[in-house]
Amino acid sequence: MIYEVFRQERRGQAFAHAGSVEAPDQAFAEWYAREQYGRRGESVSLWVVPRHEIVEIGDFADELQRNYHRVDGYPLKEKLKEARERAGTAAAGDR
Amino acid sequence: MSERAQQLLGIADDELVLGWRNSEWTGIAPFLEEDVAFSSIAQNEIGHARALYQLVADELGTTADALAFDRSPEDYRHSRLVELRLVPDWARTIARHVLYEEADAKRLEELKASDESAVAGLAAKIDREEAYHRMHAQMWRERLQDEPRFTDALEELRPLLDESGSPEFAELWEEMTIVRRSVAGATW
Repeated sequence: MIYEVFRQERRGQAFAHAGSVEAPDQAFAEWYAREQYGRRGESVSLWVVPRHEIVEIGDFADELQRNYHRVDGYPLKEKLKEARERAGTAAAGDR
Repeated sequence: MSERAQQLLGIADDELVLGWRNSEWTGIAPFLEEDVAFSSIAQNEIGHARALYQLVADELGTTADALAFDRSPEDYRHSRLVELRLVPDWARTIARHVLYEEADAKRLEELKASDESAVAGLAAKIDREEAYHRMHAQMWRERLQDEPRFTDALEELRPLLDESGSPEFAELWEEMTIVRRSVAGATW
C-alpha cells in the first residue's frame, strides 16, 4: 500500500508533500516515513496518509471564461483599451 | 582489564558485529523502504559500538578504532548470535533482530542504573534509539508470527544468545578490517 507523506519543516509552517512510502500497514508506514523524512532533523512533524484516502479533484469547469475568479487576476489591459477607444482617449503610452 | 571495561567491550562487540552483519542487507533487502530502514538500524548499532568503545578507550588509554579493528579476532567478546551470516534468509534475520533487541533492552536497563554517570547517560541515549529498533522488531514479529520459517528460526537461534563467538568469526573480521590493515601505520 502506498502512503503519502507530508512534512512540516518548522512549527507553524504549512505541511508540504515530501514523497511517498510503500508499506504493508500503518505501523510500517509510520516507521518508514520517520526513517526517510524525519531522521536528519529535516522535519518537526509528519502527516502519513494512505493514498486512497486522499480526495483528488482535477477537473475545473470554466465554460463561460469567468476569468475574474482566477488568481492570475482580471486582465484589465484589453478592456481598458477598448474603453479608451470608445471614449476617444488614448492610453498614456500611445500619446 | 577491569570488569567494567570487559562488560562494555562485550556490548560494543555485539553492536559492532551485528551492525556489520545487518549492513549486508543494504541494497538487497526485501523491498526499498525496508532496505533504508534496516541499513539505518545497522548504522545505529555501529554508532552505539563506537560510543561504547570510546568509554573503554578512555579507561585503557587507546582509541575506539583500535578497539574495534585492531584486536585479534579471538579477543572479541560478542555473542555467537550476532556473528552468523544470515543473508539471504530474511526470516532468520528478523528472528535474530527480535531476539537481540529483547536481550539488549534488558542489558540497557541494567546499564541505565549504573552508578557511573557516563555509563548511565550513554545507556539512556542508546536506549532512546533502541526504542525504535524494538518497535521495528515488534512490527515484524507480529507480521511473521504465523510463519514457520520465522518461528523455527526463533527456536533455532535463541540458544546462541548465550554462546560466545566462534573461530568462524575470523573470516568476518578479516573481511571487515582488510582496508584498515592494507596500509601499515596509516592513521586514516
